[in-house]
Amino acid sequence: MTATETSSMKALTLRLQDELFAVEAGSVREILDLVPITEVPNASPFVSGLINVRGRVVPLADLRVMFGMDRPEPDEDTRIVVMEVDIDGEPTVAGILADKVHDVTDIEAASIEEAPRVGMRWRPEFIRGIGKRNGGFIIIPDLGRIFETQGARTASPAASEERSAS
Amino acid sequence: MSFPDPTETFRQEARELLEQLELGLLDLEQNPANDDLINSTFRALHTIKGSGAMFGFTAVAAFVHEFETAFDQVRKGNSPATSELIAVALDAKDHIHKLIEQPDAPQAGGEAILDALRIAIAGTDVVDAPTEVETPEPVAAPAKGNRWRIRFRLPPDALVYGTNPLLLLDEIKAIGPCTILALTDTIPPLDTIDPEVPYMGWQVDLTADDPRAAIDDVFLFLKDGMELSVEPLSEVEIAAPAPAEAQPEPVAAPEPKPVAAPAKATKAPKAPKPVVEKEPPASAAASSSMRVDAERLDELMDRVGELVIAQARLTQIAAMSSDGNLKTIAEELERLSSGLRDTTMGIRMVPIGTLFSRFRRLVHDLSRDLDKDIDFITSGEDTELDKTMIERLADPLVHLIRNSVDHGLEPAEKRLAAGKSAKGTVRLSAVYAGAEVAISVTDDGAGLNAERIRAKAEEAGLLAPDAKIADQDLWQMIFAPGFSTAKEVTSLSGRGVGMDVVKRTIDGLRGSIDVATTPGSGSTMTLRLPLTLAIIDGMLVRVGNGRYTIPLAAVEECVELPEGIEANARGRNFLDIRGSLVPFLRLREVFGTRAPADPHQKVVIVSSGEGRVGLVVDQIIGNNQTVIKQLSKLHSSIKSFSGATILGDGTVALILDTAHLVQFGQGYVDQGRAA
Repeated sequence: MTATETSSMKALTLRLQDELFAVEAGSVREILDLVPITEVPNASPFVSGLINVRGRVVPLADLRVMFGMDRPEPDEDTRIVVMEVDIDGEPTVAGILADKVHDVTDIEAASIEEAPRVGMRWRPEFIRGIGKRNGGFIIIPDLGRIFETQGARTASPAASEERSAS
Repeated sequence: MSFPDPTETFRQEARELLEQLELGLLDLEQNPANDDLINSTFRALHTIKGSGAMFGFTAVAAFVHEFETAFDQVRKGNSPATSELIAVALDAKDHIHKLIEQPDAPQAGGEAILDALRIAIAGTDVVDAPTEVETPEPVAAPAKGNRWRIRFRLPPDALVYGTNPLLLLDEIKAIGPCTILALTDTIPPLDTIDPEVPYMGWQVDLTADDPRAAIDDVFLFLKDGMELSVEPLSEVEIAAPAPAEAQPEPVAAPEPKPVAAPAKATKAPKAPKPVVEKEPPASAAASSSMRVDAERLDELMDRVGELVIAQARLTQIAAMSSDGNLKTIAEELERLSSGLRDTTMGIRMVPIGTLFSRFRRLVHDLSRDLDKDIDFITSGEDTELDKTMIERLADPLVHLIRNSVDHGLEPAEKRLAAGKSAKGTVRLSAVYAGAEVAISVTDDGAGLNAERIRAKAEEAGLLAPDAKIADQDLWQMIFAPGFSTAKEVTSLSGRGVGMDVVKRTIDGLRGSIDVATTPGSGSTMTLRLPLTLAIIDGMLVRVGNGRYTIPLAAVEECVELPEGIEANARGRNFLDIRGSLVPFLRLREVFGTRAPADPHQKVVIVSSGEGRVGLVVDQIIGNNQTVIKQLSKLHSSIKSFSGATILGDGTVALILDTAHLVQFGQGYVDQGRAA
């Protein structure tokens, strides 16, 4: 756990479907309203789009894919959280789609527990921990792991050329 | 923005100076009597010494000082610049490089190089050997705790350049216990005193082990113009009084205002201090260029890219408006931003000569190590390429040149037997070819051996036995990973790593490699590279709802897709373009587009190297300036795209990788032939 000296984590909370997630506020660059998304043909659904963030071309990731959630069309609450993530040790700016962005909050390190190995709908390696706040749970995703897995997957040469027969 | 590390700055500067030094030495070998070359070489040495000392690279400074001393003999014409001397000097240069790059690692061999250097100089300099002058008999090192008398006078401009004698004295004091005496004998009368000239001299009696190296360090900067003597003191001299004419004024701790020192000495002899012979300052000729962080240039390019995008939007809006003023200003801005774009791109362009010059040393060394006499000829040095490209080209070219020298050129006997001159030739040239630059490495060696390549390819399983293959394709086999036909692995080449790396690097730069070879008379490897990586002209097309950019340089022509073909079965995707069969790809299929197709589809014919392919699109939108943005790692595995760009309306469009698509399309051709 990368708890700070104050033994709490400054986190941005956001909602994906019915679940509350927290990402480290320190790596958040900005939060954008929905912008036009350019689809990348043959890319995996997790990072199927590109957006323009102040003149930079930034990949847009949809964490809901990795957590096996439904993906309804964006609505007026949809935001893009632009963050810095490490992909195979290389700092990369990426956007993350959020159904709603809540607030910045401190999560007590003491209240963060490891993800249980069993009884969870999601792959435990994608979760760094689960925090508690106001009686509810906050999922702290392991973004490094999630993006890394992604890199490993698209690295398979077949992925790019096979077109989806539709 | 962090402060640049001064040490790093020094390293960078030193690297350049060393490069300059190396070139100077290599030129000197060709042209040993050229004074300009000797002087510029000497200046480079001198600057390295000075700034090395300033940044605490004392080992560098000390070594260079000796190097310089030896080389001074060449400058004074006492010793000619023989090729032995140049060889040793090149070794010395390498040693300096090591000292600078790894200051902490112990670097042995410095003394040996210096000795070799002195021998190389003395060997041809029988008349007088004043080489050792500056290091007075170092062998007779006096015993521990000996007394030394140091006398020094600063150069007349020392104060102007900010030298503080007090600090120098402090440094000497740090060497060991000492008595300091001011020599006021040369101080002129008050009314003739120039307050900026240090008239005073100093005499320091120091108790220390051999302090000469330490003293040298103290005065490293001033050495050229100053008077300095360091002598062991015999018991007698210690007993003897200080120079009689001087007012003995022992200053144990010279704290009081030393800069104003001349002023307080009023009753000094009349004779002003004789002007010390002074060497011209070591500063390189005033140059009108400046060093800019490469990152800032990239940033500037990004900003200009954004400006171009914003301007495109403005133009779009102005076109829809009826406001004349808006239209005018939009046009004005368009003109300005395109000018700014060209200038910015120009800044990033670097003549390739900077890269070529590095290879002269490579060939020089190869020639020596392999005992092959080589003429290395370069041309087209002023051809300009984007700086990133130049940096990334260095390694591939090293490989190609090594290969030419090691594998290409035959040993002298074989050459003579083949009726060629014993001296081999390697040519490195660069020329513009349309929107590309072609860089070729040519040798007049044996040429590629088709049979051996074939055998090797079959052995490595790259080629089916007795498969028919065009020569051009066979040559490309040498770029396959692990492919090497060298019978023996040498330290230079033949490990089979390299050519595939070359290929990969060039692919990464959106370039290609052509191989041409004639058995018995040599081969040519040509790298074709786009001029810039930053901005290209693109053709914007639409496929379904997506917009894509095709690099305009690759576009040959656009035709309408004939209706009949549309109805044809899949897999027989060929167009008859004026008699030649061109395969085409339906981008809608390649991209899995779901949106309904436009009734009249267009075909954009693109070419890359030898091959051509038609890309079927829904609509051709028009030409645009394309600022290339790299795709992140998340998308780098998708080969159909080489990057992305931002359009006038702020959305992102992907750039098609034509080389890859052509290759993909050629696959169709082969399938078609097989069927």
